Amino acid sequence: MQLATREKIDNAAKLLFRMTGLMVIAILAGILLMLLWNTAAFFLKVKPFDFITGTQWNPSGSPAIYGMLPLLVSTSLVTFGAMCIAIPLGIGTASFLSDYAGKKLKSILKPAIEMLASVPSVAIGFLGIVVLGPGIAGMTGQSNGLNALNGAILLAIMSLPTIITVTQDALEGVPNAYKEASYSVGANRWQTLILVTIPAAAPGILAAIMLGVGRAIGETMTVLMATGNVSAFPKGFFHSVRTMTATIAIEMGEVPYQTTHYYGLFAIAAVLFLMTLLVNVVGEYFVNKYRKYQAA
Amino acid sequence: MNKEHIKLSATAAKLWFGTKQVLKNVTVAFPENKITALIGPSGCGKSTLLRCFNRMHDLSPDARIEGKFLLEEQNLYKGNLTATAVRRRIGMVFQQANPFPKSIYEKINYGLKINDIPKHERPAIIENALKESYIWDEVKDDLQKPATKLSGGQQQRLCIARTVALRPEVILMDEPCSALDPISTSKVEELILKLKKDYTIVIVTHNMQQAQRIADKTVFMYLGEIIEAGDTHQLFNKPQQEMTGNYVKGHFG
Repeated sequence: MQLATREKIDNAAKLLFRMTGLMVIAILAGILLMLLWNTAAFFLKVKPFDFITGTQWNPSGSPAIYGMLPLLVSTSLVTFGAMCIAIPLGIGTASFLSDYAGKKLKSILKPAIEMLASVPSVAIGFLGIVVLGPGIAGMTGQSNGLNALNGAILLAIMSLPTIITVTQDALEGVPNAYKEASYSVGANRWQTLILVTIPAAAPGILAAIMLGVGRAIGETMTVLMATGNVSAFPKGFFHSVRTMTATIAIEMGEVPYQTTHYYGLFAIAAVLFLMTLLVNVVGEYFVNKYRKYQAA
Repeated sequence: MNKEHIKLSATAAKLWFGTKQVLKNVTVAFPENKITALIGPSGCGKSTLLRCFNRMHDLSPDARIEGKFLLEEQNLYKGNLTATAVRRRIGMVFQQANPFPKSIYEKINYGLKINDIPKHERPAIIENALKESYIWDEVKDDLQKPATKLSGGQQQRLCIARTVALRPEVILMDEPCSALDPISTSKVEELILKLKKDYTIVIVTHNMQQAQRIADKTVFMYLGEIIEAGDTHQLFNKPQQEMTGNYVKGHFG
């Protein structure tokens, strides 16, 4: 091939992939602008303060009431529950994988856990309706088990792979010399894990938790299927709730174009975006801190 | 030479990592209250042998050990003796001073905490261990300072203090001076010589001069086997094996 032709192909490829890269930024900026634009339109009609602190979400009533606090509390409740389950289990499993499990067991467990991450959320939702729901209903004597607890358990399952994988990487990144020094003064595995390995891996573990939280907050389909979707103010884990994501997904299909209600859903999305952004930024911060620590 | 009391010994020790045999039929004995140096080229199995005695290989799943390892009459791998109990009696100092970001005090306290030594006894033990390791005068003003702020030699003496605080019977040292400058090295060596009266010391070193300066006995290893063992002076000056002579004179290795 001629040198000139090769140069041309090289330049064309460069141009193509530069555009792909820039397009990602453009799409991100576009989404953000769209959210902000529609949110602004909503806030012209409803005061932001009332929107955030209002305890009733009833957009189809007359007058329509746009208070997103029940949705915000629902999301927080389900996420909190999910993390209460997933964090201890995740750190425990990661510790087991990095320090206790034999090679053979590890070679089965690790891919299995990673596969769990690729199960579609709809399929996990089925699990909530078919298995968990009746189970919870039977145990609590309620008519159905579609509630915050159900959603929390499912979200815990969904965020476990992320938490386990990132935590395990963090634990395995702890220099062997730390562990050996601990063993050499007579510490056993458990003491070494609790007193040396986990503290040394703390930034990485925090990052894992943040990524898990981000996954749980943003998840839509599972909570939509499993939490019962009652937009009343949530009373606890054994009551049906409706998260921010579920609300958007349910109502967006039916809402008339460019009404206050329509803009309101964008406002919810904007708040959700801020929440996940915050969680991700905090997570990234810890990941970077951890990388620096690794290099040192 | 035969009247010496043998503190630590290995008989017909063999070790494999996976399918690779690293120790081939090693029989060796370390006399009490003496310093024994293990020398030999990299990869000859010195550190591997050292780590057999405090059961560090328990942590590598693919290591397989055969042979008899004795501390006094106690078989280190038999019966209900746990690895942690072995490590309590056989301490270890590593090549790299452990850089874990803890305070000087906490670093020694850790081992005491692990071994359930009552809280009120700990400060005295820590002070004593630091004095025994001749680092007390350098650190006494600020025991809460991060240990990472100390110089390499000070850190290594701190690691020795951590080990002696637990009153082991044997101290294994895996190239404790290889990362130190000559002045720090001489301080650590001075300390090792002083520890001899209370402990049995086995030290792996690449430094021939160091072995001659501090060791009573020297063991020369090559490719997982012991080629020659004997009094340091004799091994360096009148080696029985040609290979030993070539190694200590620097012809290979």
